[in-house]
Amino acid sequence: MNIDKNISASAKMITLPVIEAGSCRCGETKVSAGTAPNLNQPFVTGVISTGAGTFPQVSSALRWHDHWATLKARWGIGRMNYAVDPGLYALGNPDNNSPVLVSANYKISFDKLRKALPGSSVWLLVLDTKGINVWCAAGKGTFGTQELINKIESSRLKEAVDHKKIILPQLGAPGIAAHEVRQRTGFKVYYGPIRAEDIPAYLDAGLKATTKMRLMTFPLKDRAVLIPVELVEIIKPFMFLASVLFLLGGIGGPGGFLENALSYGSFAVLALSGAVLAGAVINPLLLPYLPGRAFSIKGFFTGIIVALTLLYLRGLDLQAWPARVEAFAWLLIIPAVAAYLAMNFTGCSTYTSLSGVKKEMRLALPVQISMAICGILIWLTSRLIT
Amino acid sequence: MKNLTYLKDVVTLKLDENKCNGCGMCLEVCPHQVFKTTGKHAVIQDRDACMECGACAKNCPAAAIFVQSGVGCAAAVINSMLGTNNPGCSCVAETGGARKDQRTGCC
Repeated sequence: MNIDKNISASAKMITLPVIEAGSCRCGETKVSAGTAPNLNQPFVTGVISTGAGTFPQVSSALRWHDHWATLKARWGIGRMNYAVDPGLYALGNPDNNSPVLVSANYKISFDKLRKALPGSSVWLLVLDTKGINVWCAAGKGTFGTQELINKIESSRLKEAVDHKKIILPQLGAPGIAAHEVRQRTGFKVYYGPIRAEDIPAYLDAGLKATTKMRLMTFPLKDRAVLIPVELVEIIKPFMFLASVLFLLGGIGGPGGFLENALSYGSFAVLALSGAVLAGAVINPLLLPYLPGRAFSIKGFFTGIIVALTLLYLRGLDLQAWPARVEAFAWLLIIPAVAAYLAMNFTGCSTYTSLSGVKKEMRLALPVQISMAICGILIWLTSRLIT
Repeated sequence: MKNLTYLKDVVTLKLDENKCNGCGMCLEVCPHQVFKTTGKHAVIQDRDACMECGACAKNCPAAAIFVQSGVGCAAAVINSMLGTNNPGCSCVAETGGARKDQRTGCC
């Protein structure tokens, strides 16, 4: 069957090693194939019985295992178990007039939504987005018109409520054609605010969002939470490159192989760490304050700063040619790697267009690759000249 | 904080003001306030702020908006250039052919 195929395909994808994963964090997750949500999920607190049947009940209070699961997901651990069963849930004690809010079955999305509604009684309609957050899933089309229509039909929503209004997150709009949903189900789609914490105000205002609620920003906190998963994805290529550079550091130079490796090779590992720090940590944190619009330019800039700092700390004797050449090599390599990593952060940002990213890559990628290759060759040469 | 903007003059967004029925749906779904309204129909006020998410075109009942939608994610573009399906990043910036519903997303 189709569903089974999808599940096994996504499960297979997850088990493959992540080697060159970039900035994105939308790995797919399998979910139970049943029509009604499983009552054994740890966050289900009870059941609610209505004329339309029984539905799992959840609370707006998150418990320790919810926080623990969020922490693990942010570090990319065990993401395959990070989905909520799709279907209709009761938050608090909703009745046939209560609002209906639609969400993705990524647990962080689901938790943010219920946490934002303390003391409220609403229906939560969870779509099967393969455990991916609303925005990613809307882009992919899994948070889509067809899935919404399917869930409206299969979840007994029509029996549970007497009205014909459903509230969707605004960021779900790239996947949903509101007018089509109305034509095919009778339900009118209301796009709610971007951020879950604005939902109570939106509900109180009679489903009216302010301009501010509709505007996507990219504040420090949102940039910072994406750093861990970036780093986790860089670890493997980093370990490989660091080992290679350490060994290459032993070639040539004034002393024996080990002595050279400890001096030149260790600094190479430090320099690579510096490039990662510049591109994957400093760059996201300082994003709005760095020069340039293109992410590569921003990353190049932080790379230069980090390279100059590291070279200063290395205390090279710049009167001697080998030291000058070595310094020059690192001024090529560190900014190139930092710019590349910074460019990969475009996928995490909330404002880059595909056309823009393609243009940036066409120009920046060849420069980054040439700089890195020339840098490594010059670095090796620096120890062969006297 | 100033609002971040990406590269200038690159996006594929187009609005046919003659087709527009003035319903205002695009103003509602756009996360970057690209549109404003004259009262009769929508106009593009800040084209460079567009991130090509495609929400406006998808929700336009008059089919007055065109945008080559996709996800501005360098990792996804690299994956598609290398022809690999990256497991950590299920994003594909765009898949071959012009079928819009095949475009997949990421974060």
